[in-house]
Amino acid sequence: MSGVPILSLMLAIPTVAAIACLFAGDRNARLIALVATLIDFALGVMLWANFDIGGAQWQFVESAPLFGRFNYALGIDGMALMLIMLSVFLMPLCILASWESITKRVGLYMAMFLIMEVVMIGVFMAQDLLLFYVFFEAGLIPMYFIIGIWGGANRIYAAFKFFLYTLLGSVLMLIAMIAMIREAGTTDIPTLLNYNFPPEMQTWLWLGFFASLAVKMPMWPVHTWLPDAHVQAPTAGSMILAGVLLKLGAYGFIRFMMPMFPEASAQFMWVVFALSMVAVVYTSLVALVQSDMKKLIAYSSVAHMAIVTAGLYALNQQGIEGALIIMLSHGVVSAALFFCVGVIYDRLHTREIDRYGGLAVNMPAYALFFMLFTMASIGLPGTSGFVGEFLSLAGIYEASSTVAFVCTTGIILGAAYMLYLYRRIVFGELTKDDVKAMPDLNPREWAILAPLAAVALWMGVYPESFLAPMRGDVTTVVARLAPAKPAGDAHLAAGKPKPAAAGHGEASGEAHHAGGAQ
Amino acid sequence: MTADLALIWPELILTIGGLVTLMLGTYAGDRQVGLYQLAAMVTLAAAAAAVLALFGTDTTVFSGTLSVDSFGGFAKLLIYAASFICVVIAPRFFKDAMRAEYPVLILFAALGMGIMASSRDLMTLYVGLELNSLASYVLASFMRSDERSSEAGLKYFVLGALASGILLYGISLLYGFTGSTDFATIAAALGGELNIGIIFGIVFVIAGLAFKISAVPFHMWTPDVYEGAPTPVTAFFATAPKVAAMALMTRVVIGAVGPAVGAWQQIIIFLALASIILGAVGAIGQKNIKRLLAYSSINNVGYMLIGLAAGTQQGVEGVLTYLLVYMVTTIGSFLIVLQLRDDRGNQIESIPALAGYSQRRPGLAAAMAVFLFSLAGIPPLFGFWPKYLVFEAAVNANLVPLAVAGIVASVIGAFYYIAIIKTMYFDEKSDTEFPRGTGTVVEDAVITASALWLSVIGYLFIGVLAALSATAAAVLF
Repeated sequence: MSGVPILSLMLAIPTVAAIACLFAGDRNARLIALVATLIDFALGVMLWANFDIGGAQWQFVESAPLFGRFNYALGIDGMALMLIMLSVFLMPLCILASWESITKRVGLYMAMFLIMEVVMIGVFMAQDLLLFYVFFEAGLIPMYFIIGIWGGANRIYAAFKFFLYTLLGSVLMLIAMIAMIREAGTTDIPTLLNYNFPPEMQTWLWLGFFASLAVKMPMWPVHTWLPDAHVQAPTAGSMILAGVLLKLGAYGFIRFMMPMFPEASAQFMWVVFALSMVAVVYTSLVALVQSDMKKLIAYSSVAHMAIVTAGLYALNQQGIEGALIIMLSHGVVSAALFFCVGVIYDRLHTREIDRYGGLAVNMPAYALFFMLFTMASIGLPGTSGFVGEFLSLAGIYEASSTVAFVCTTGIILGAAYMLYLYRRIVFGELTKDDVKAMPDLNPREWAILAPLAAVALWMGVYPESFLAPMRGDVTTVVARLAPAKPAGDAHLAAGKPKPAAAGHGEASGEAHHAGGAQ
Repeated sequence: MTADLALIWPELILTIGGLVTLMLGTYAGDRQVGLYQLAAMVTLAAAAAAVLALFGTDTTVFSGTLSVDSFGGFAKLLIYAASFICVVIAPRFFKDAMRAEYPVLILFAALGMGIMASSRDLMTLYVGLELNSLASYVLASFMRSDERSSEAGLKYFVLGALASGILLYGISLLYGFTGSTDFATIAAALGGELNIGIIFGIVFVIAGLAFKISAVPFHMWTPDVYEGAPTPVTAFFATAPKVAAMALMTRVVIGAVGPAVGAWQQIIIFLALASIILGAVGAIGQKNIKRLLAYSSINNVGYMLIGLAAGTQQGVEGVLTYLLVYMVTTIGSFLIVLQLRDDRGNQIESIPALAGYSQRRPGLAAAMAVFLFSLAGIPPLFGFWPKYLVFEAAVNANLVPLAVAGIVASVIGAFYYIAIIKTMYFDEKSDTEFPRGTGTVVEDAVITASALWLSVIGYLFIGVLAALSATAAAVLF
């Protein structure tokens, strides 16, 4: 694989396709976008196949001193790889999801999505602090257009709120970055990861980053842009927003804040825990009373992200691995749920939950898929949600049993609002005439839901495929955090084996041997 | 003396070219518009070539009153380039009202600005400034029959005269208390304890110059003059004099009163923050695109002043890079404003009329979006980079609160930029038709080139820009 700049290629293809889309007709623009995103997905698969698990921390490294003051430096580790995979996997599905529902200014729309893809995978690839910032901020522009042009009735308010809210957070991070560059004298991320900033400086840097990433995440109480943006965005916009954009914040947490400012992370651990606990309970309760499907799922995203932040700030292996799996799982599942909403929205043009009911009768395939993703969102064993939630809660428990207790209520509440949503839409009497007339999934919708379902199950049944590339990186982060990490309240100790009772020692010993030999 | 003349070729070329164009205008009459235009363009190009030929020399001429150095050279190149474009775009706008005086006045203004940018004595400073100002007052009221244009000229003149008075008062105080008009001698005299007279002198000089760069609270003339002046003249005001006045401000602050950091730094910080915030807030309610760009220029001057407030070489480099990027953006946006014509050929300046512009003229709307996002400093557009540089300079000079305040205020600025983009892209089409074919090939080429440069391509030039601005800024330290 050496020699082929595969990461640059993955950035270049959507860029070129985006420019082509601007000049192409509607039909061609759709095709160009689909082909380009599929090629990027294929490249992503190649990337994964060639990724050497347990090898060097940074792989596929490219660097060129193109920008004078900072470098065009790309490279990925296991965490970045998985998030890039998530992005390139969701992208063709988003294009397909907008195939019929977007009819005006298709070329511009597809171009914006392709630019979005470049920006997102660029964020995960960047190995230079300023390059990272450029990609991180650049995402605002295409999303502003996507919400503002193709969004719902109140789209302009939502687009402005999204843009200004996230910009306000990001600029403070920039000041923190400038201070870091001044202190460390480099913009190279791998070097910065091992630089020991003075503890009192870490506090300020941590706060600067937190201002930006907490908004992106989004954490309570700065989450209010998210429901607006989600509700107004077109279906594919919500898919990408929930699927990947929300992961940028968490990625920033684990890439920058935790390994670069370990002392400050330990110091602010309880701030993050407190905000996460409030978010889990509060946003779950808010989700319970929503009458708009998209808003409900948007609030559930905030709740899930709160478990991610709590898991990350458990500062231990399990917690962080679990948080990463929730990120991937939520990326797939929430995108799928938003698409499920989009499917019925395209048929009836309303997101009011009360307007539906009894869909199990006339849309059985839809009901099945929706059920699967509802269960995955709740965290039913066998689905992706379970793995992440179980791991991260185990990690949180190690750090603090109180936090684990509060976060677990989120799962119960999650089951409540998701099942309640499912009951109101899919079960019940099929009484409304317009709902009766709704046809079941068409082949295009099958083609979108089937891969999402397959991945949700794969991640639930054999999460090791996804955990293995990330494990080494998580260990590195945990090792950076180890000196500063406070002791948890769960004094875990290996139990003492019970002395074998006289009399039946032989029999049980044999059985034990037999078990061990398998 | 003769040796000195060989070092001021750019000024000589402009003087001779300006006089020749004036003579041509007197004898050939107002019809030969193309001829004057050509004469002015050739003069400006020759002057720029002379600047390039002299680039790298660092000396003073005429008993130390004027400097010939890379800092002045950098500023002059920007000034001449902006003047060149303002000459090129004029005839299509003025049509029959185009007269020989326009290129002549631009040439003399450019000459004055060149002197401003390279002065190192309070006397040459004032001569350059007034030469530029007098030409500018006439340019602002160039459309004699248009009420708004005459009003703009008059307003500019009255307030400009007031500012000149303030500046002169400051100059006389500085001279009285330091005994010299030479920047270096003044700087040497400021080493010890500052007396109240010197502080007053510094305050008045900075206030007079702040008027020229339209920093808050000396900005009141800007929206009215920008709105009233003919659009090519507005484009000129928004670019070349900004560069000259900013270069002059830098020379005075760093070169002449540099040692008295305590006296000037807080003034500059106040000007910077006030300009950023008021420029942003004032722009929000604007319905006229030229007024809006006026507020945007006030806002951007604030960011340049942040670099200046740092008072370091890095800060000055940031100011110079900022000037260059700002100039490209502003010229690009004014070229688009020039093309906003309805089907009857009337100039459209109202922002609500731009609703749905992206569907009528997608290319121009996209370029405008690039310029606006760039002015707002959103990466990956290149407008981000100079903002980054000035903030970096401020942080490195331990002015972190200033950087934080400035960058947070930039979010307010982003609001009105994205509001125009909203009008162009999100709103339904307005009744105003924007027929095609409103621009010449040259104009379209300049718009395309600057939009492309301000999108990601500009980043490839960071190395070159850094080297250039470092050479230029090093002269002052």
